[in-house]
Amino acid sequence: MVRLVAFLVGVFFSGMLLLGLGDTVITAIKEPAVPTAEHDFYEKPLAVSFAHDGPLGKFDRGQLQRGLKVYSEVCAACHGLSLVSFRNFADLGYSEDEVKAIAKGWKTEVPTINPETGEPATRPAIPADRIPSPFANEVAARAANNNALPPDLSLITKARADGPAYVYSLLLGYREQVGYKNAEGKELLKEFPEAATPPGLNFNPWFATLNIAMAQPISADDQVTYDDGTKATQEQMAKDVSAFLTWTAEPKLENRKSAGWAALGFLIIFTGLAWMSYKTIWAGKKH
Amino acid sequence: MATVKDTTGTPKAPRKATAKAAAGNDAPVMNGVPMETATKDGEGVRRRDFIHIATVSFAGVGAAAVAVPLVSQMSASADVLALASIEVDVAAIQPGQSIKTSWRKQPVFIRNLTPEEIAEANKVAAGGLRDPQTLAERTQPGKENWLITLGVCTHLGCVPLGAAAGEVKGEYGGYFCPCHGSHYDTAGRIRKGPAPTNLVVPEFAFISDTIVKIG
Amino acid sequence: MSFPWAQQYKPQSTVMQWVDERLPLPRLVYNAVGAGYPVPRNLNYFWNFGVLAGVALVIQIVTGIVLAMHYYASIDGAFNSVEHIMRDVNAGWFLRYAHMNGASFFFIVVYIHIFRGLFYGSYKAPREMIWLLGVTIFLLMMATAFMGYVLPWGQMSFWGAQVITGFFSAIPLVGEPLRQWLLGGFAPDQAALNRFFSLHYLMPFVIAGVIILHVWALHIPGSSNPTGVSVKGEQDTVPFHPYYTAKDGFGLGIFLIAFVVVTFFAPNLLGHPDNYIPANPLSTPAHIVPEWYFLPFYAILKAFTVDFAIPFTGIILVPAKLMGVLAMFGSILLLFFLPWLDTSPVRSGHYRPLFRKFFWFGLIPCLVVLTYVGAQPPYTQWVVLSQLGAAYYFAHFLIILPIISRIERPLPLPNSITEAVTGKPLQTEAVAETPLRPAVA
Repeated sequence: MVRLVAFLVGVFFSGMLLLGLGDTVITAIKEPAVPTAEHDFYEKPLAVSFAHDGPLGKFDRGQLQRGLKVYSEVCAACHGLSLVSFRNFADLGYSEDEVKAIAKGWKTEVPTINPETGEPATRPAIPADRIPSPFANEVAARAANNNALPPDLSLITKARADGPAYVYSLLLGYREQVGYKNAEGKELLKEFPEAATPPGLNFNPWFATLNIAMAQPISADDQVTYDDGTKATQEQMAKDVSAFLTWTAEPKLENRKSAGWAALGFLIIFTGLAWMSYKTIWAGKKH
Repeated sequence: MATVKDTTGTPKAPRKATAKAAAGNDAPVMNGVPMETATKDGEGVRRRDFIHIATVSFAGVGAAAVAVPLVSQMSASADVLALASIEVDVAAIQPGQSIKTSWRKQPVFIRNLTPEEIAEANKVAAGGLRDPQTLAERTQPGKENWLITLGVCTHLGCVPLGAAAGEVKGEYGGYFCPCHGSHYDTAGRIRKGPAPTNLVVPEFAFISDTIVKIG
Repeated sequence: MSFPWAQQYKPQSTVMQWVDERLPLPRLVYNAVGAGYPVPRNLNYFWNFGVLAGVALVIQIVTGIVLAMHYYASIDGAFNSVEHIMRDVNAGWFLRYAHMNGASFFFIVVYIHIFRGLFYGSYKAPREMIWLLGVTIFLLMMATAFMGYVLPWGQMSFWGAQVITGFFSAIPLVGEPLRQWLLGGFAPDQAALNRFFSLHYLMPFVIAGVIILHVWALHIPGSSNPTGVSVKGEQDTVPFHPYYTAKDGFGLGIFLIAFVVVTFFAPNLLGHPDNYIPANPLSTPAHIVPEWYFLPFYAILKAFTVDFAIPFTGIILVPAKLMGVLAMFGSILLLFFLPWLDTSPVRSGHYRPLFRKFFWFGLIPCLVVLTYVGAQPPYTQWVVLSQLGAAYYFAHFLIILPIISRIERPLPLPNSITEAVTGKPLQTEAVAETPLRPAVA
């Protein structure tokens, strides 16, 4: 009885699936999938390497400081970094006083209330504060940005596949759309005339929909003046800020890797000992 | 450890038996009684025991290492520690008034003592007190009118009365803890009741004439 | 029950004797995982995975309890509380990554444990009850893992909750009310998050309870073994301790090495980037996928594309959506009937030439394909593959297994475990391992 019912259920499910298979194939032949501009012209992130890559990688403190400078002078006007506190900048190699100075000098102040009147007010930041958001709320952010919401950048490199390379590619990915050809030599507007970027958006093949609301943020060399004398090329700035945003998303990266090596070393010795123990106990016992 | 030691005898017996059987050695030794063979093969037993002991000890060390994060996660996190100091503007506090503020999630009393209160506090011989301290020891030089203490009774942690206007100040004009009846004087010293020590004075410093940094 | 030659517990100290007389817990442990449990001597490394699954559960419970000290189940605070754990709590990043990847490793271990059972016929008499309890544990694990994935309240958490509870709305009549009852609202929100947290905390202890039953049921007939031949005598077994405690210790080391490599060097490898975006009820991610361990079932769900209807009338008997949901639950529930679907008296796949072919060249590739296409967007080639894979999955268990059990001619079985191990006929070896060995030598 069990087997009979099972057989019938099996025939039913498998049969319906095979029917569906036929249906899928017929549909695919009758109405072949229409190619889309996003599918054909989206570019995977560029290959880029960082000091913190790999199991032994460590952050390049100088690069993180340069990245902070790019963030604070370029990105921070629109993008928040709400999960990071000023005190965390000590990890970038700044002293306590430098951190205080950065907090105090931050362009956006921390919202508070006037202790006398209770009216909304702002005050300079202190190290314990989170980085204040450039906009009071989502509505304000959208109103100031043509109804687009600039995402918070704290976790951006973990919230995108291949995050650091994604940020780097996106920053450098702005192209003139007219006459744009991909690596295969296909011209976008010839293949998809309707894919012309709508007004208010910007063409960028490293963005999933090819059209991004953000205007090109890094547009010229020396847009930022680095304190350490590094030449601020566009690639350098994009790379530095990607490294910085890797740190904001994963501040414990170095602790994680060093703890990992300690755990691994310990476990290899333990496993070796356990193996010897196992072999000793089973010695002579055929199994 | 005892179990490891005991059990090693059992498995090693067959090995010895097999090895000797393969070598075609004399039969009488291989009587198949594990413990007996184990004791005869002293050197081997010690080496094997060492491996088992090392393995088990290593596992124990590993377990202890894993316990560290499991325990330390309960201590104060980085954001809590970051709030360890606050700055308070005391300009608006008139003599005789006090305010309550919060430092490390604990109440802090900031009191602007009147000259009479200072005089009363200095009148008492500190040596005779339960927790001998003078007012000068509990305030900053030149700022003796600013009494800054934790608002936490040193008995069992209630918040004493006396900081807000209209509250009972106790028999010595300072603070009074209603939970178990501890009386503090105008220097925040314990004078009567069960509390063992004076109200705690946190680390503080005036960074300007009117701004005090606590912690 | 145990074998008559099982070693008897003897207290090592007067204290233990005192305890044992009043609460025979030491005796229980001794007989369960100590020297008092005789186990077939020929178990291979696939038999390590039961103990490893237990270890994985312990890792999850321990890390989970400490994470719950910092997590708050609030739709506004959950995401930030997880990030607070990652950034500010002492060693919080380690605990969170260990818990997150621990779930994946729990499933890896349990899947290998299940495949061990499937290949070696561990579900057959007299071990059906162990199998039934095992499938129950698997179902509870899936529910627990799903609810745990919702807790960080990221985009995948939210939309996963939306989609999975959406399954219930496929049920005719009661579906939508049932879904609203489960969520405590019209969409995943505070009520859903709170109850998921409560149940996510509770379920591991329920799992632990069922595991106790699972192990209890195991100790009635004793462990199975790669030959599938029953234990015939003392020469076929060794005491669990120290033989298998030592082997499991080594296996544990290997398991932990793999776990550490992923947890410390690629902690987000098995996760989805979208779950680092806070939940947004107004915007669906481009591509919703469940955690990898649900992918085969998700592929089965998506594979049903046509309604079951009476031809030319337009009367739909079972809509495709409902069929997908039924099939997805059915694909797990059918495992409950496995002991009665596979009627071959031979347990081990080693001695079943036909079964073995279907196992290695049918079932395993089918599941690999389903796992892969489960994560793919609905392009024609992936839909076709998922339909082929799902069709084979049901055919394998419901049609092929019962048939091959009847027509297959198994290979000759060894007379005993010892014979299989030593290659010698039973008699000689049986004597060789008794104290009478000198006579033979």
